[in-house]
Amino acid sequence: MDVPRHWREQIKRYRLVGSKCKKCGKLSYPHRLVCPKCRSREYEEHQFIGRGKIISFTNINSPPKEHRYNLPYAVALVELMEGPVITAQITDARAEELEIGMEVEMVTRKIMEYNEDGIICYGYKFRPIVEYAHP
Amino acid sequence: MSDNVSVIGVGLGKVGEHWEKSLRDLAIESIWMAFEDSGIDKVDALYVGNMSSGQFVEQEHLGALIADFAGLGPIPAVKIEAACGSGGAAFIEGYMAVKSGMYDYVLVTGVEKMTDVLPSKTTSILANASDRDYEAFNGVSFVGLNALVMRRYMHEFNVKREELSIFPVISHKNAPFSKHAMYRKEITLEAVINSPIIADPLTLMDCAPICDGAASVILCSEKKAREFTDNPINVSGVGLATDSLGVHDRVHMTTLSAAVEASKKAYKMAGVGPKDIDILEIHDAFSIMSALSLEDMGFAKKGEGTKMALEGQHYIGGDLPINLYGGLKARGHPVGATGVYQIGELVYSLRGDGRVDAERGLAENIGGSGATISACILERGG
Repeated sequence: MDVPRHWREQIKRYRLVGSKCKKCGKLSYPHRLVCPKCRSREYEEHQFIGRGKIISFTNINSPPKEHRYNLPYAVALVELMEGPVITAQITDARAEELEIGMEVEMVTRKIMEYNEDGIICYGYKFRPIVEYAHP
Repeated sequence: MSDNVSVIGVGLGKVGEHWEKSLRDLAIESIWMAFEDSGIDKVDALYVGNMSSGQFVEQEHLGALIADFAGLGPIPAVKIEAACGSGGAAFIEGYMAVKSGMYDYVLVTGVEKMTDVLPSKTTSILANASDRDYEAFNGVSFVGLNALVMRRYMHEFNVKREELSIFPVISHKNAPFSKHAMYRKEITLEAVINSPIIADPLTLMDCAPICDGAASVILCSEKKAREFTDNPINVSGVGLATDSLGVHDRVHMTTLSAAVEASKKAYKMAGVGPKDIDILEIHDAFSIMSALSLEDMGFAKKGEGTKMALEGQHYIGGDLPINLYGGLKARGHPVGATGVYQIGELVYSLRGDGRVDAERGLAENIGGSGATISACILERGG
């Protein structure tokens, strides 16, 4: 029963696709059918680049049951460089490394595996931006 | 006078882990306590405040269930849901029903039975008050959302975690007097600061407990109320407002815009301002919510929500006593019932319980992380 609920969110979650108001240009993630700024109902899909900075964070010690196999994990409010703020887990970082202002980038990761229906849900997490050394 | 709505009966059940009692047992117990308190035993309508009976005990259709088992007859009875703000929202529905002249006597019952499921399931159910697909899906618990707001608040206003720890101490200070409270004991600041971290920077003792409880109040016109009492407690102003469901969509991450809006409406209706409020019941589900509530309802400047608390002004005897029956932290937070408990507690204080001489009080009830907030002003009818 949970399958269609997660299936229909796939593109939005895997590619970070939200919406852009055609009237005033306001960007939203998740997508909205009515612009929160000008109430226009004309919108188009908008794919976010997937970079931003942490504006707040916490480490979850007492998780909802469907996330109990992921402990420990950090959750942050990430302000995307295009403006909207989203709620996401932070990965590939130690809890003590996290700080407000830290620059992060989106990665596609497994969010839940032990769903009652046996489906594996993927989605976005964010990790500190790594500067790769090119040979 | 003829237009005023009064509260003529209050029934507050003991809050706690009631293994031996079902949701209906708790609700009906509080209803008959309210009947006894009011002197009537019949009402024209019932509004039930409840957040998640379908998830906690797999029972929906609470209006009919409770009307049936409480022996209320074939009256209209519906459930009002606004997450942890359900009780306050149900009270406002009841108020409007009397105010409109539709019904003479209205019963408002808040009830939640949370302890039949394991704590991790409770955490999951409470997360349903947030945006399920875009907040809870990503693993943020309800405590986690409040922790995100708290860290941002500490960052923006240079407030220390230990300063916010004062709020649970204040609520617990009043709890030994509160017969229906879950934890009837005082706690120390050190205990709050040093309790285990649930979602940093929030500690266990910053958070209101999971519990069962039910509260009922009976409303009627002041004219009818005067047939029962010379000193009715009137509802002089109510306000309910909403904000973005997700914390991430808030224009100001550290402002409860719905508290600003709801309190403005209530003040306007009552013809008063924050300075005219003698006592407050605030929604201290998490310490951070106390500070934000005080600021956003006009009792403190932005960023200074802990100031009066640290000066001792929120204890009984101070300038603005808060949470006189233990607040959510010590009385307990049976989510959908909380808003009705707050109203009942205000009525007790305004009737005179020997501790404060208050003319007017305000109850603030928050649903979710601030997406629904109600403010209700009650005062002595004189």
